[in-house]
Amino acid sequence: MKRVYPNKEYCIGCHLCELACITSHSKSKDLIIAFREERGKDGLSPRKRVFENGDISVAISCRHCDEPACVAACIAGGLHKDPETGRTVYDREKCVGCWSCLMSCPYGAIRRHPTEDKIVKCDLCFERENGPACVEACPNGALKFEER
Amino acid sequence: MKYVIIGNGIASIGAIEGIRKVDTTNEILVIGAEDSHAYGRPLISYLLAGKIGPERLALRPQDFYQKSNVSLMLGTRVTGIDTTTKTITTDQGDTVEFQHLLIATGGIPFSPSIPGTDGADVYNFTNLTHTQLLISKAKEIKRAVVIGGGLIGLKAGESLFDRGVEVTILELSPRILSLAFDENAAALAGKRLEEVGLHVRCGVTAKDIQRDTDGRLKGIHLTDGDFLQCDAVVIAIGVVPNYDLAKNAAIEVDQGIRVDEHMHTSAEGVYAAGDVAQAKDLLFGEKRVIPIWTNAYNQGFCAGKNMAGCATEFTGSLSMNSISFYGLPTISVGRVNPPEGDDSYEIALSLDEKKKSYRKLVFQNDRLVGYVLVGDIDMAGMYTAFVKFKMAVPEGAKKQILAGEPDVLMWPDDFFQETWNPGVVDPD
Repeated sequence: MKRVYPNKEYCIGCHLCELACITSHSKSKDLIIAFREERGKDGLSPRKRVFENGDISVAISCRHCDEPACVAACIAGGLHKDPETGRTVYDREKCVGCWSCLMSCPYGAIRRHPTEDKIVKCDLCFERENGPACVEACPNGALKFEER
Repeated sequence: MKYVIIGNGIASIGAIEGIRKVDTTNEILVIGAEDSHAYGRPLISYLLAGKIGPERLALRPQDFYQKSNVSLMLGTRVTGIDTTTKTITTDQGDTVEFQHLLIATGGIPFSPSIPGTDGADVYNFTNLTHTQLLISKAKEIKRAVVIGGGLIGLKAGESLFDRGVEVTILELSPRILSLAFDENAAALAGKRLEEVGLHVRCGVTAKDIQRDTDGRLKGIHLTDGDFLQCDAVVIAIGVVPNYDLAKNAAIEVDQGIRVDEHMHTSAEGVYAAGDVAQAKDLLFGEKRVIPIWTNAYNQGFCAGKNMAGCATEFTGSLSMNSISFYGLPTISVGRVNPPEGDDSYEIALSLDEKKKSYRKLVFQNDRLVGYVLVGDIDMAGMYTAFVKFKMAVPEGAKKQILAGEPDVLMWPDDFFQETWNPGVVDPD
């Protein structure tokens, strides 16, 4: 399956991937409205996280592991592996906010929703024609969406 | 039958998914004592609290068994395993042959011998039937006592309280959550419960359960002489491995059913997984029973792959618990209470009672072997990485970890590359 691969050699820590991510997951699909309104009102937040350490940075998100620790940990059946697409799929309706997945994922790819007892996790922008918005927005090719 | 699984909990689900990863054709038979599809056992506290409806209990979609080519024998107890003829017998009078058998019978609630336990209105809180009884009972009762201040007891107490019942929790040891958490975390969680209105009493337990001449529950006599009136008692002291089937079949049993690195028991073609199994511990190597959710799934998954012929070594159980008390999240992973006087451990703490925030990191030599977080849990997974992958924490990075900022960029370069960006060769 195709995954997003981050290369820290190329990452410039600009956080544009995070902005593209929230825009892609917003109702308005407009960066300014997403950032200024939906972020505060709906708790809209990016599914990526840029880590910075000195002059090195990297943007990470769900790896859609073959055998995900989050799925093994989910007590509610809210996370599962889609056998057809390979994606690790999150079902918001089933989530009870127990944070077991957040504890189990050693890649730190799961966050708490800022206002609800729910999680926020990369869905690979599966509904988006051009693939993940973060990859498209990355100005230095540090994020690649490909089969390896 | 090629694959037979005894038990219909999360280890069983793990095994089905493990088998199907390797073998998509041969039929699987699951035999379950309860007459319901596999449900998330920790979810029963959410059901009791009224936070979810019964329709949300199922762990997998309705068509899961059909799609996975699994046949079910529910409401059925296995009465015996014959490892020589490779057959099992059930209380329905059936005899089933197997090539590969998984024992995933879980744990059974441990009940101490308290006089008066036998009779109405004494419950365990580990299955759906008791939960449903407690839900209907909660409408008519005023007071309940929960015996046991561990994870299950506290969640049972919280859920009953949410149904409008006055709740007192009794814990024999000096503090609640004595196993999975440490003193500071327990104090924060205890305070949160008290704030909301639950009563938590430590260092005391039930001496006897008193009933009137008709056998109706009156209350509990405590070891400190007090008497608590109540209309229901929930016993939540813990679970013990449900291994009698294996023991009676002369399969090697110690604290649980002993399994090797492939989750295989001492009997040919027989595997065990979940709360009934005694399997390798990830951090310390020895075999232990660690009855927690993730281990059950992982062990089941690993057993399933092995049953289907794909030799897979079990990476080891890791103790991990995530639980919230009225919005106060707590997480504990690995070894959080190292043996006293052992100099190889180093502990770093940061506690802010006002903010209800706590962080405890336990290092052994240069490795993180356990941690506790209360309140600010957002970086939990990043700490888990250090424990799970047994990565050394470089001296320079230790400070950053202690400050609550574990970071993926602190990983050894090779490991980072292999994990996050495999298959790329540096141009130079």
